[in-house]
Amino acid sequence: MDKAELQDKVCSILSEQLAIPREKVTPEARFSEDLDADSLDLVEAVLALEEEFGVSIPEDEMEGVKTVGGAIDLVAQKTGANA
Amino acid sequence: MTDPARRRVVITGLGPVTPVGVGLEPFWDSLTHGRGGVRPISRFDPVEAGLPVRVAGEIPDFVPGDWMEPKEVRRSDRVTHFAIAAARLAWQDAGEPDVDNARTGVMFSTGIGGLESLLKQHAIFLEKGADRVSPFMVPQLMPNASAGHVAMSLGFTGPNACITTACAAGAHAVGEALRWIRDGMADVCIAGGTEASVIPLTLAAFSQMQALTRSDDAEHASRPFDRDRDGFVLAEGACALVLEDAERAAARGARVYAEVAGYGASADAYHITAPEPEGLGAIQATQECLKDAAERPDAVDYVNAHGTSTQLNDAAETRAIKKALGDHAHRVPVSSTKSMTGHMLGAAGAVEAGVCALAVSRGVIPPTINYRNKDDECDLDYVPNEARTADVRLALSNSFGFGGQNAVLAIRRWGG
Repeated sequence: MDKAELQDKVCSILSEQLAIPREKVTPEARFSEDLDADSLDLVEAVLALEEEFGVSIPEDEMEGVKTVGGAIDLVAQKTGANA
Repeated sequence: MTDPARRRVVITGLGPVTPVGVGLEPFWDSLTHGRGGVRPISRFDPVEAGLPVRVAGEIPDFVPGDWMEPKEVRRSDRVTHFAIAAARLAWQDAGEPDVDNARTGVMFSTGIGGLESLLKQHAIFLEKGADRVSPFMVPQLMPNASAGHVAMSLGFTGPNACITTACAAGAHAVGEALRWIRDGMADVCIAGGTEASVIPLTLAAFSQMQALTRSDDAEHASRPFDRDRDGFVLAEGACALVLEDAERAAARGARVYAEVAGYGASADAYHITAPEPEGLGAIQATQECLKDAAERPDAVDYVNAHGTSTQLNDAAETRAIKKALGDHAHRVPVSSTKSMTGHMLGAAGAVEAGVCALAVSRGVIPPTINYRNKDDECDLDYVPNEARTADVRLALSNSFGFGGQNAVLAIRRWGG
């Protein structure tokens, strides 16, 4: 999977998990300020990403992630997707 | 005599979300035309689930997104979806009055809570492991979630709680909210009950108790007080009532359905599920309720029975009504609207308090449908099969829960 494809998939999953229209889920969007996601939402979203991509994302690695782009990078790193 | 200084409390809004209708007018139209909402189970296949039960009172066309933001829908159980819809309907019905949020409370009950969410996560836990369990499971399953969500959606910061007394929970919610307002803890309160337990495990468990009818004739499955009744029909839904300090309601020119005039509560202290056969707990609750309302037994014009359609309940309840109301019992119309709605467990008491408020304000008593054959143990006037026009000044609503917890409410005409 190339990164564009991965980015699209991550955004779609986050859109569904956070019940936010797909077009608002951009790499620049901040979870808390722009997408109204609290800590429970993020745990749920990470579960969905782990499930979809077959990776494990420990809590401490997710802690520093504040934007959708950060989550995309993390998933890309875990899956070894082409940058 | 009631204390003349005691605050009086009236019902100014009703929000039923039931198998016979969502919203006041569809609900009342069904009940007064004897149209039941019991149907073949549609949310899953009961045969495939190995269940001996075929019918239930479902709300299959309910769309949570009509009442809540998509995110709130995802984060909460169906039991809360019903509660939010009921609370919003009741608040609209009350005219969305201006209130002091800190003086407005929410008492929303349930018998069981968000069991469907719990089961879903338990399956994930067993299949995929602890680290796949949703962080939303606890806020979905906890019985008090609905009261919390109603407060969030309407902004009320007054007292907020949930009473879980099984099939009496909705009635206890109305009774305890009445006390909050009387005692000055709140001026306005949303009181209600909600339930979403039409799921395979619950049906299996109630079946094992021999509590549910195994009839596959949906239309005629719930037949309270009939000789051939053979168990209740499980149903889902919610109902909310807006209770308001009477002076406040008058000052804003609110439309008032009726007064919540009395509340009596008791315990059977007998058996965890079977009613005390002589109805002693029910009699005690009725007497306490009438005392609280400062009314005599012969002033009662209508009893909305608990009337579940089980052999034990309907016989014991009949004995209790006869003992509590004396000779007058044979002159009082008694009906069970569960013949139409099915048994909505923790929502039932709130639904039926609403029925009493409408019977008082509109002068119509809904019938007990599917009443065909007289049972020697059930020998009162059950308003068989057809609604009746009647001058109802004082109505009682009976609710008796597993656990032996009983609540009786007195609903009285206001200003007449």
